[in-house]
Amino acid sequence: MIAFYALAAIAVVSSLLVIAQRNPIYSVLLLIASFGALSGLYVMLDAPFAAVIQIIVYAGAIMVLFLFVVMLLNAPHEETEHDLRLHPLMRAGPMGFGVVLAVVLVVELGLALGAGRASAFSAASTSSVRDIGRTLFTDYAFAFEVTSVLILVAMVGAVVLARRGSR
Amino acid sequence: MPSLNHYLVLSAILFSIGTAGVFIRRNLITILLSIEIMLNAVNLTFVAFGRALGSADGQIIVFFVMTVAAAEAAVGLAIVIGLFRHRESLNPDMFTSLKW
Repeated sequence: MIAFYALAAIAVVSSLLVIAQRNPIYSVLLLIASFGALSGLYVMLDAPFAAVIQIIVYAGAIMVLFLFVVMLLNAPHEETEHDLRLHPLMRAGPMGFGVVLAVVLVVELGLALGAGRASAFSAASTSSVRDIGRTLFTDYAFAFEVTSVLILVAMVGAVVLARRGSR
Repeated sequence: MPSLNHYLVLSAILFSIGTAGVFIRRNLITILLSIEIMLNAVNLTFVAFGRALGSADGQIIVFFVMTVAAAEAAVGLAIVIGLFRHRESLNPDMFTSLKW
């Protein structure tokens, strides 16, 4: 229980800091910390496969891509002067709506945490990597192949979009 | 032991943080990072439900979500680079050509 609260606190605090930072580089690095905490939660959920690909794919590949782009673009800081006056969410209507939504969320979270029958997890562990691989290449084989086509299309699209030039 | 409710509440909090980030930040890269926070909150829900149901399908869907997130990040960042070349800015308020 202590481990859960510690990891959850790390995840929430670093996620909050991600959207509170002015400098995108700090945001990316804090998001990596958040992903590490989530990976620990996956271990606690008896999902080692998800924990490992969280670190390898998210923290290792996607976040490095973000970091690369932030450094490539020379990390322009967010201008804050005109934000507070011209921000469309700073008017009364959107602010009131946001407050209502936040109150509803807090009430619902309180109800969920205070619910009487907190369903504990069963002791049986079914998430061995062997089972995951077997299911992935039998029941989900078509989705897996479609995913490879998606990756190919994304790669071609990224090259075409980021190409300097002829258009 | 933390129950399923704890994980779902944590996931809801993370998803709300990501949504708030998309709305209040004025930086395209931070907005993409907020989308990643939301995707991770959903992943946590999938893994927690898969554990509660004793099924490996939750982790398989997490695998697919991560793949799609990688594709989305690649294309999104390529678009950001293209936009930055045009306007020398990452503020989404600068890119309103399609607004009418």
